[in-house]
Amino acid sequence: MSTSVIIPTVAVEEDFRTRAHKALGDQQLRNNFRTAMDSLMTKRAAAFSDAHEREHLRALGNSIKARALSKLPDLLEQLEQNLTRNGVTVHWAETVDEANGIVLSIIRAHEARQVIKGKSMVSEEMEMNHFLEARDIECLESDMGEYIVQLDHEKPSHIIMPAIHKNAGQVASLFHDKLGVEYTKDVDQLIQIGRRVLRQKFFEADIGVSGVNFAVAETGTLLLVENEGNGRMTTTVPPVHIAVTGIEKVVENLRDVVPLLSLLTRSALGIPITTYVNMISGPRKDHELDGPQEVHLVLLDNGRSQAFADSELRQTLNCIRCGACMNHCPVYTRVGGHTYGEGYPGPIGKIITPHMVGLAKVPDHPSASSLCGACGEVCPVKIPIPAILRRLREENVKAPDSPHQVMRGQGSKYSRKERFIWNAWAKLNSSPTLYRLFAFFATRLRALTPSNVGPWTQNHSAPKPAARSLHDMAREHLAKQGERR
Amino acid sequence: MSELFYNAVPNATRVAPPLPEPRQYPSEKPSRVYLFGTCVVDLFYPEAGMDAIHLLEREGIRVEYPQGQSCCGQPAYTSGYTEQARTVARSQLALFAGDYPVVVPSGSCAGMLREHYADLFKDEPQTLKQVRALAARTYELAEFLLFVCKVQLKDSGEPVKVALHTSCSARREMNTHLHGRELLAQLSNVERVNHDHESECCGFGGTFSVRMPDISGAMVADKTRALKESGAHKVLSADCGCLININGALEKQKEALRGQHLASFLWQRTGGAK
Repeated sequence: MSTSVIIPTVAVEEDFRTRAHKALGDQQLRNNFRTAMDSLMTKRAAAFSDAHEREHLRALGNSIKARALSKLPDLLEQLEQNLTRNGVTVHWAETVDEANGIVLSIIRAHEARQVIKGKSMVSEEMEMNHFLEARDIECLESDMGEYIVQLDHEKPSHIIMPAIHKNAGQVASLFHDKLGVEYTKDVDQLIQIGRRVLRQKFFEADIGVSGVNFAVAETGTLLLVENEGNGRMTTTVPPVHIAVTGIEKVVENLRDVVPLLSLLTRSALGIPITTYVNMISGPRKDHELDGPQEVHLVLLDNGRSQAFADSELRQTLNCIRCGACMNHCPVYTRVGGHTYGEGYPGPIGKIITPHMVGLAKVPDHPSASSLCGACGEVCPVKIPIPAILRRLREENVKAPDSPHQVMRGQGSKYSRKERFIWNAWAKLNSSPTLYRLFAFFATRLRALTPSNVGPWTQNHSAPKPAARSLHDMAREHLAKQGERR
Repeated sequence: MSELFYNAVPNATRVAPPLPEPRQYPSEKPSRVYLFGTCVVDLFYPEAGMDAIHLLEREGIRVEYPQGQSCCGQPAYTSGYTEQARTVARSQLALFAGDYPVVVPSGSCAGMLREHYADLFKDEPQTLKQVRALAARTYELAEFLLFVCKVQLKDSGEPVKVALHTSCSARREMNTHLHGRELLAQLSNVERVNHDHESECCGFGGTFSVRMPDISGAMVADKTRALKESGAHKVLSADCGCLININGALEKQKEALRGQHLASFLWQRTGGAK
């Protein structure tokens, strides 16, 4: 058995709508997502059976994150000081390129060729695998789900369960084709196959790369939660550990972690706690028998400070990456994670990705929502996702010469024609005379309603106004009532 | 469980802020109310608006319908055209100035008045006062019938099975998703059946349905399938936005099943003229 050569993920060139259209036509994919999301929703609901306790905990989670963000610059400085005191080297990266450059320089300094990686969404954001492969450095995913998508040259389709778009049969075929093992749909056997490959790689790897769930400023501790043990292997077996994370992951102290951790695991998987909770507080000390000799932390901005600068958009940074918003999203459930293209999928992806890559690169992200509010309802740190989506729509249609520069790529959906239509709409609806005239013609000329009214008639019969408006009927009725009085 | 966390975080600033209190309702029925009919009801489901008026009048309430009203502004607001939404909202504000309840036969438009007008006028302290006062006396119809009028409905219809679709705004902004159920439970010959993924959006979302017709279409296809499979003879909803979506899709699919506004159903079942 040997691992195949890993080819970097190809960049997706189509736009959101095209990808959504394709995904909606893939019944297997839709079944996989529907089944998985249903199960996750049920598990979360069971884990929060006491609604009162859940709401208190969410309010607490929200206030902890709001407080941490309110002193973000100070906390980051404190984090750096305490990590440095603990022997961790801290690096700052404003962009993805800078972050990859830092990782590469550490790898080069150790003349490393093999990197093993624990699950990290920030490393996905950096497209680290791609970057390192192009420089002839093997970068192997050790989380089972990530390993599966890497083997199939895909991106993760969910932030917690990267291979959720595949069912056991599809994984069985993949392992059979790529690893040359006997075809089996037995999940335990499949896990054992992956595990044997990875076990060897842990010992061979020169460098372990991981993400971070919470970076604790007061103690200089990096918390990493996981269920497979690969996170602990990645951060302890190779001689060098590089952690990469976003600047918004910093919290004030360990006490703050307790409720956040409970919110995270219950919201994500409906479990009270993960199998492993790693608390990394520095490299191996002289008297210790294991652990890496060197620990680095790369703190990445990549557009986060842009979100931070606006009090409404700042709430985006509350996110603790549980994935509950996507599990409950009727759009995500139908189109799947790959449709979103860039980095983070689902509702959180729609509000955070525009800061990372610019709104112009993901112009459909804010519109791809019915604003049903299911995401905001379950968010453990109470990010008002629907309100932020609406706000991004506003930024999206802003005139390009607007003096208010809120975000990169704003105004990418600006259209003079559409603005003209909305101006006319506002005029019509704020002038009783015009509105009544409009209602009169709409109802009296209802027979002339066109049978094809653009995209609406793709799914519906053409709407036909009533014969008389409520204005007319109510006026007549209430006048009679008045006479009676 | 929560106590455990509070012990773990003794610092007062770490205690979660108190949860919002459930809405308090006036103990007495008002003598008159405004009806905010909504633009969709006005042009597509006027009978729902009339039936809402009938239900309120039967409770001894005088209904005022300001003729200058049009739309709450939501379509522009959710499309990101905030200025245009504000223009329309401002024109509506002046029409409902009297200090008595505004009843809305739609959770979505009621949600706009109650939850989002404050955002539109956040930079105008004087208007904001007016907006807050309006929000405090705005009620979704089912909520108003149940908690302010405390209606007691007597069913006079034949046995029927109905499915109830609650709009997302009614469910998540107005918290009125159980109110329709309670009203239906008063009708002895009406059996309310559940449908698959009942709490899920029907896919309307205002302009979303025309901006993303593929996704919206997949959502309404699933919703109509679930409604058909529920075995209901009739679909009910207290939101005409959802109804225009669900009925338009059912009609396109050449299905006989149709949705009706809850107000019309309640009025017809309790002796109101058809």
